[in-house]
Amino acid sequence: MSDQTAEKRDDTRLLKPVVSTVLGWASLVAVVVLTLFGLWGAPADAVQSDAQRLMYIHVPAAWIAYLAFGVTALGSALWLWPKTRSPVWDRVAGSSAEIGVIFTALTLILGSLWGRPVWGIWWAWDARLVTTAVLFFLYLGYLALRRIPTSPESRAKRCSIAALIAFVDVPIVHFSVNWWRTLHQQGTVFNEQLDAKIHGVMAFTLWFGVLAFTLVYVYLLDRRYRLLALDEDREDREVELAIAERVAAERPVGNVSSAPVGGSAQ
Amino acid sequence: MSLWREVRLVAGKDLRIEARSKVTLQQIVPFGMIVLLLFAFALDPDRGILRRVAPGLFWVTVLLAALLAVSRSFGIEADNGARDGLRLSGLDGPALFLGKAAALAIELLALEVVLTLVVVLVYGIHLDALVPLTLATIAATVGVAATGTLYGVLAAGLRVRETLVPVLLLPVVAPVLLGATRAWEAAIDGIPSDAWPWVGLLGVFALLFTAIGMLAFGPLLEEA
Repeated sequence: MSDQTAEKRDDTRLLKPVVSTVLGWASLVAVVVLTLFGLWGAPADAVQSDAQRLMYIHVPAAWIAYLAFGVTALGSALWLWPKTRSPVWDRVAGSSAEIGVIFTALTLILGSLWGRPVWGIWWAWDARLVTTAVLFFLYLGYLALRRIPTSPESRAKRCSIAALIAFVDVPIVHFSVNWWRTLHQQGTVFNEQLDAKIHGVMAFTLWFGVLAFTLVYVYLLDRRYRLLALDEDREDREVELAIAERVAAERPVGNVSSAPVGGSAQ
Repeated sequence: MSLWREVRLVAGKDLRIEARSKVTLQQIVPFGMIVLLLFAFALDPDRGILRRVAPGLFWVTVLLAALLAVSRSFGIEADNGARDGLRLSGLDGPALFLGKAAALAIELLALEVVLTLVVVLVYGIHLDALVPLTLATIAATVGVAATGTLYGVLAAGLRVRETLVPVLLLPVVAPVLLGATRAWEAAIDGIPSDAWPWVGLLGVFALLFTAIGMLAFGPLLEEA
């Protein structure tokens, strides 16, 4: 009995509380340092002037969006695989998708804010923009599916299949939209032909931004996971409580105390 | 029973229900026609805009009508314990998926023939390169039918099915709209050979989602 309870408690946490707290503070410090470097440390861009500073959060946000959806796909696959099936993976997938959708929205908004002064337009029908927008709606649908109340098992099955479909669809969307039109700036850092010379501080700030956002992502994932697990636990308890009340009401004079509620391990 | 026979059985059931209820014929086809008419109201029919954008309008209309067709395809399973009947029928998931998707694809193809006539007659376009046009249409229809059946069963049994399927399905079939529209444009006004890469893309999409559907239909039906 006590073993079961201990197992259950483990299940509701992704990281140890100490690790989570340290990670939270580390992300906060990293974001503050990134802000200082992004706004003051790095020099203004020769062509794009201050607007280019948005890249220090736009690029990391886009990275987190892809990372988060990758983790969602991985979690879903691990849930579907019979040997690794566990509610842990369903929660990881769900939490990660929520963060992914938020960071996809952030990517689109930041890109739009940057596009206005640099391209002169809020929105362009460019391949990467369109792909990102479709990505946003794909996972918005996934979140809508998650919100529908059904049994946890049934929801996990539907959602993991839906997540994998979305994941398979992304390259097709990307590919087809790429054929359709391309106007976006080519990658700078990994472009061999360009042999880019980014100012040292600027490159550092960009990479630091990626690091800071990754810390934020892991922290948020852990917190969201915990919230989901507690939520599920609360629902279980409520159901047990309701059953206990029902049973008590039907017995003439009950000695039903709170025994079923106390043993809420399963 | 061979797979082919099981598929024909399931598809035959859906098509027989359609033959008797005539929901696609009397509701979904007129819906598509009125949408094409409304596009003419929204855009200026006199300046040739309609002719230029006819492929896009045609495929948007097909997708909207397909949402209704998917809803209908799983609506008939919702009543009278029909879904339990399917589960107890002893037919395999892949056969059930292929059967329902095939029936949906046949209904959509019939709808597309009617809507093509409308586009040709009312929007004034000429169909020149019929081979790539037909192949693109068939591949796109199979793709839409496969994804539609997949999401139909995914949402089956949920109270919000009607509103959930469009928000799940439309982003996934975005490449189909893109591919089919470009292929039609190339076949109608542009260089017909430009249509072939898009036909290939549509074919890959159709095959991929048919395979996913065959794998996932059985487990999803259990949950519905």
